Amino acid sequence: MQFESLSDFFHMGGYAFYVWLSFGSCAAILLGLVWASLNDAKRIKREVEAQMKREARIKQAQEEAKA
Amino acid sequence: MWKWLHPYAKAERAYKLCNTLLPYFVTVTAVCIAVGWIWGLAFAPADYQQKDSYRIIFIHVPSAILSMGAYSSMAIAAIVALVWQLRNAELAVIAIAPVGAAMTAIALITGAAWGKPMWGAWWVWDARLTSELILLFLYFGVLSLYHAFEDKKSGGRAACILAIVGVINLPIIHFSVEWWNTLHQGSTITKFDTSAIDSSMLWPLLINILGFAAFVGALSLVRLKNEILQVEKHRPWVRQLVSRG
Repeated sequence: MQFESLSDFFHMGGYAFYVWLSFGSCAAILLGLVWASLNDAKRIKREVEAQMKREARIKQAQEEAKA
Repeated sequence: MWKWLHPYAKAERAYKLCNTLLPYFVTVTAVCIAVGWIWGLAFAPADYQQKDSYRIIFIHVPSAILSMGAYSSMAIAAIVALVWQLRNAELAVIAIAPVGAAMTAIALITGAAWGKPMWGAWWVWDARLTSELILLFLYFGVLSLYHAFEDKKSGGRAACILAIVGVINLPIIHFSVEWWNTLHQGSTITKFDTSAIDSSMLWPLLINILGFAAFVGALSLVRLKNEILQVEKHRPWVRQLVSRG
């Protein structure tokens, strides 16, 4: 450990703003992109599910009309 | 080799391959970034000149390397897509582009946050910085070109051509610090000479580079899976996959 205490660590020898700005924005961009990508996966699967249900409903309605 | 590679041209096989590879990439990413950040922030010694501000190197250099690495992979996928007409390769181009753009944005932002205390300016129109900014615009160009076409086939082809043409920017970025008199310093890590960095700082840096590379791989796989599902969403195998939950 290069720092004496936790507050010393956050202080970063006076460069706290620049160091934490860098690491913070890096983490935000990476996590944001991960979140967006996982969200896309869920959205696509929801859309496919909705389409399957719609088709099932149409099929059922057609069969009822025939009967 | 072709016989072995050919099945992966099929979307379903490619999707399954992504699923197989993904856990390895995620593990390497999690381990390397956790170790690399803690080591770099808390345990690596402070620089004798730049003190603790130099710790930005542990994300600045990996993201800058990967911004170019991701572009190279994207361009290779673009060549494969144009030459062999593989749609999966085209989808890979579109999957990698946002990840590469994120790496470029991180390299630019961390560079600015490092430049302010060391150079006294957030931004200078230096050759290295300008060519890296052009790289960001190239990524945006590839993405918007793909989405600008109603017909995804022409959109894909146009995006691939731009990705290949943009490769010219990579040597410009790499050699900018040698060709022009730049404020940006030359390379710190070199393959053939001894590196201009002490091993107590080099190791956490290398671990971070590996972590960022694994991150680019992992997220590209996740995004490639999304792109495959999107174009194949009417196929039976996708429906089976979704109804299985």
